[in-house]
Amino acid sequence: MIKFLFKGILNDKSRSLLPAIVVGLGVALTVLLHGWITGALGDSIEMNASFNSGHVKVMSRAYARDDAQMPNDLALLGADPLVSKLKNDYPDLDWVRRIRFSGLIDFPDEKGETRAQGPVIGWAIDLFSPGSTEIVRFKLQGAILNGKLPSKPGEALITSDFASKFKVKPGDSFTLFGTTMDGGMAFRNFIVAGTVRFGSSVVDRGAVIADITDIRKALGMEDAAGEIPGYFKDGGYNDTKATALMNDFNKKYQADKDEYAPEMIRLRDQGGMAEYLDIANAMGAIMVFVFVMAMSIVLWNAGLLGGLRRYSEFGIRLALGEEKKHIYRTLLYEGLLIGTIGSVVGTLVGLSASYYLQVVGLDMGDMMQRSTLMMPTLVRTRITPAAFYIGFIPGVFSMVLGNALAGIAIYKRNTAQLFKELEV
Amino acid sequence: MQNSDIIKIENLTKRFHMGEGDFTALRNINLAFGKGEFTGLVGPSGSGKTTLLNIIGSLDNPTEGKAIVLGNSVSELTHKQSAVLRNFHIGFIFQTYNLLSVYTVFDNVEFALLLQKHTVTERQKMVMEALDWVGLADKAKSKPAQLSGGECQRVSIARAMVKRPEIVLADEPSANLDAANSHHIIQTMKKLNRELNTTFIFATHDEKVMLYLDRIIHLKDGMVEKDELVPESKTKSHVSL
Ligand SMILES: Nc1ncnc2c1ncn2[C@@H]1O[C@H](COP(=O)(O)OP(=O)(O)OP(=O)(O)O)[C@@H](O)[C@H]1O
Ligand SMILES: [Mg+2]
Repeated sequence: MIKFLFKGILNDKSRSLLPAIVVGLGVALTVLLHGWITGALGDSIEMNASFNSGHVKVMSRAYARDDAQMPNDLALLGADPLVSKLKNDYPDLDWVRRIRFSGLIDFPDEKGETRAQGPVIGWAIDLFSPGSTEIVRFKLQGAILNGKLPSKPGEALITSDFASKFKVKPGDSFTLFGTTMDGGMAFRNFIVAGTVRFGSSVVDRGAVIADITDIRKALGMEDAAGEIPGYFKDGGYNDTKATALMNDFNKKYQADKDEYAPEMIRLRDQGGMAEYLDIANAMGAIMVFVFVMAMSIVLWNAGLLGGLRRYSEFGIRLALGEEKKHIYRTLLYEGLLIGTIGSVVGTLVGLSASYYLQVVGLDMGDMMQRSTLMMPTLVRTRITPAAFYIGFIPGVFSMVLGNALAGIAIYKRNTAQLFKELEV
Repeated sequence: MQNSDIIKIENLTKRFHMGEGDFTALRNINLAFGKGEFTGLVGPSGSGKTTLLNIIGSLDNPTEGKAIVLGNSVSELTHKQSAVLRNFHIGFIFQTYNLLSVYTVFDNVEFALLLQKHTVTERQKMVMEALDWVGLADKAKSKPAQLSGGECQRVSIARAMVKRPEIVLADEPSANLDAANSHHIIQTMKKLNRELNTTFIFATHDEKVMLYLDRIIHLKDGMVEKDELVPESKTKSHVSL
């Protein structure tokens, strides 16, 4: 019987082609869109996590209240023992020390006088300790445009927009002016080891990456760190785990009323990330819902038209002694077959398109010039395991549902009229 | 004749609801059909021929009285039971052939066997045999659109006969055919009637068909006007076969 249905589907293009195309297109779009949003949101969340929020982040309570301002006068003291303790208590995460700062960068000419000057934001991260994960986390190797990674104290990276604006090249030196922990003025000379481009206009506009030891010296922050982000070693952010971790950690300091006592917050608790996460999580469900609704309605109508066209076929089959229930079931099988074919093709097309955009990416830089979100300008789709079923299952489902709705007409058919209907 | 009757119509009346009031299409019909009959329901348009075939074919129910087909009272069958009755025991032949156009001749004939769940080899054998009966074995792979009207009607005979039903109901089978083709298909059916002892009941006003019948039931205004057996010598059956 399946073979019989299959022949019918193959021989009768209008029975199969339009619905299969509708399903295929819908599935392909769903897969691509899902990959796109997952990629854009995922990259954005990941980049934020890498540069700013960590999966969780420990700061002093006072610092945490205002962390966007990077108030280093409120930084955690005794950061090194705290990191050791964190590593010990929560070995599933990678804990790192960081100082984020803002300041002024000054490029001198040959005579040592100011040639160019500009505001800068900076990341002081662990560049030199063996086994430091930060280089990978910031994707520094890939970000280098000119020069190389810093290999010794006193070397730093600057972002490329900056470098081209001030015509700076590796080997040039600059002076960084900032504020010490206790409000004094700080400055330190660096040599540009390389220029980098991260692909996010917020960062590329003007940033310095230096080793934390250098910056500690420059800002008088020995043994201090503004932020201690932690990263789950086994992959991405996990809300449940992060929450449990945060509660566990913060409980230990509950009794301590000190403004400078450490406090842990999650990625979710930081600027705008909650929305990102929620959208990223809900998106699959939303898309599937919209897809199933839209497709089912289209396919239902296609099925109704098909039912009209096949009115006499169903009549003959009833006359030949096929039960209504059986005809209805064969319609569902047909839906299953067509839906599967359409969904397989659609998924393949969607995956191919997603793969292409995953490899090549689409430069949205022009649209994100003014963006203040940390978001890569080159948006890449991301193929997750969900891509393999997010379109497929709804594709098959909506096709079967469409046929199921359209097929109800069969039950309304009155066999007493068959001869009359078949005579014309 | 009593015991070999495979169809018994008892005091059957069929009324249709029409706007206000009813329309009586069949009035108090009493008929019996024996095994191997080659019978025609004959009468003017609107006399109730199709209505009676419908009821015998278990597609419709009598309003009053009974139609007993192969021991089953039609009005008491469930949808499923009447489907089974049609599937296994009754073949239909329509004026307009009604072949499934997207399928080949072979597939069309095979369909009833699919419902009966025969194996592939059984089906292959039975279908080719049925196509042989109607002389179309070489057209098994053709689509209905590639056949002439006469050939299409022969395919539909094969489709009705392939399951070797006890009863074949044919409503105006020759109405769309020219004289030569009409004779041809009736002769084909007559031959199968002889060989397989299948009961054929026609609804027709085609004189050519009547030549072959061995019983003619005249209907008029929903009533049996005359029920005549045609003496063997008068039918064309033995002449042209
Ligand atoms: N479903 C129905 N509703 C109302 N009236 C009907 C219905 N079916 C048949 N009739 C009427 O019953 C009468 C008998 O119809 P039937 O189709 O049996 O005639 P027939 O002898 O087959 O005619 P023809 O030679 O034209 O095919 C006709 O007057 C027809 O209008
Ligand atoms: Mg009729």
